[in-house]
Amino acid sequence: MTHGTQVLDQMRPPFPAEPGAGVYSSKLGMWVFLASDVMFFTALIGSYIVLRFGAPGEWAKPSAVLNVPLTAFNTFLLICSSVSMVKAYAAIQDGKKYFLRPVPGKLLRDGGLKFWLLVTMICGAGFVGVQLIEYFKLVHHGFTPAGFREGSVLAEHAATDPIRYGAAVAGLYGSTFFTMTGFHGFHVTCGVISMTYLYFTKVLPEKYSPQDYRGIEVIGLYWHFVDLVWIILFTIVYLI
Amino acid sequence: MTATSSQPSETHKRPNYLLIWLYLFILTVAEVSLAFELPLSRNLKLLLLLFLAIWKALLVALYFMHLKFERWRLRVIFIIPIPLAIILVSAVIMEHVR
Repeated sequence: MTHGTQVLDQMRPPFPAEPGAGVYSSKLGMWVFLASDVMFFTALIGSYIVLRFGAPGEWAKPSAVLNVPLTAFNTFLLICSSVSMVKAYAAIQDGKKYFLRPVPGKLLRDGGLKFWLLVTMICGAGFVGVQLIEYFKLVHHGFTPAGFREGSVLAEHAATDPIRYGAAVAGLYGSTFFTMTGFHGFHVTCGVISMTYLYFTKVLPEKYSPQDYRGIEVIGLYWHFVDLVWIILFTIVYLI
Repeated sequence: MTATSSQPSETHKRPNYLLIWLYLFILTVAEVSLAFELPLSRNLKLLLLLFLAIWKALLVALYFMHLKFERWRLRVIFIIPIPLAIILVSAVIMEHVR
């Protein structure tokens, strides 16, 4: 063994242990990333709160501009995806690598890792799809990141009822709304892409086992965090 | 949650995930109803909605992210930014009020 290799081996902790935190390194890395992401979302949400309560005019009523029932359905979809993610995690812990398996005496089949992760991916992709539809509809009605587009339906409504539609601060509202929800949507998209990659490279070839399912646990942490952030965003942006 | 530092494993009793999902669903319905149906004052609505949102977020963090079953040194990583976040928002609001 050369001197260079010896030095390299001394610097590397025994794979994959991280004795300091007591967890394996990729999980620790994900937690540290999530902690930094908390601050990032705080900056966005904090800016929204400060701009909203310090705005020179009344902010638009969320139900006047936004499609709250559609977004409530989207929230439900994301909550369902979180449950399916944790079911995928529980499935691989129990060694259930399969898709669906019949259970004697029961009508419903038992879902394995392949099934629950696929459900999570579909729900996640569904969330992004519904969010895109929401964006298209909002822009079509005249709500853009710059405020209400001149000559649009919303601009006409704002002209007749400026308080309810927050006409004075529509630009602030548009920019903060699209930045926050867009940044969250980007997170969801990244999660779906990561899960799809894991699905084809690790889950379908059955590379995970009850002894090693680190990838599922780490992507699961990320996915639940995305759900958690949406719970806060949905309340602050769509309900208050 | 980890029995050894090298392999993920579960030593605690597994929570009933479907029950947590039911709680989250009911709380979401309660939030939407509260925001649009109940005739309450704006400030009371604001407080109740924030309370419900934090309740839901805690359910996800504690049971889905298994924070309840993790070691303290790992929980601290996630908890530390929260007071910092509150300080950041409060400081900016105070600056604005002044």
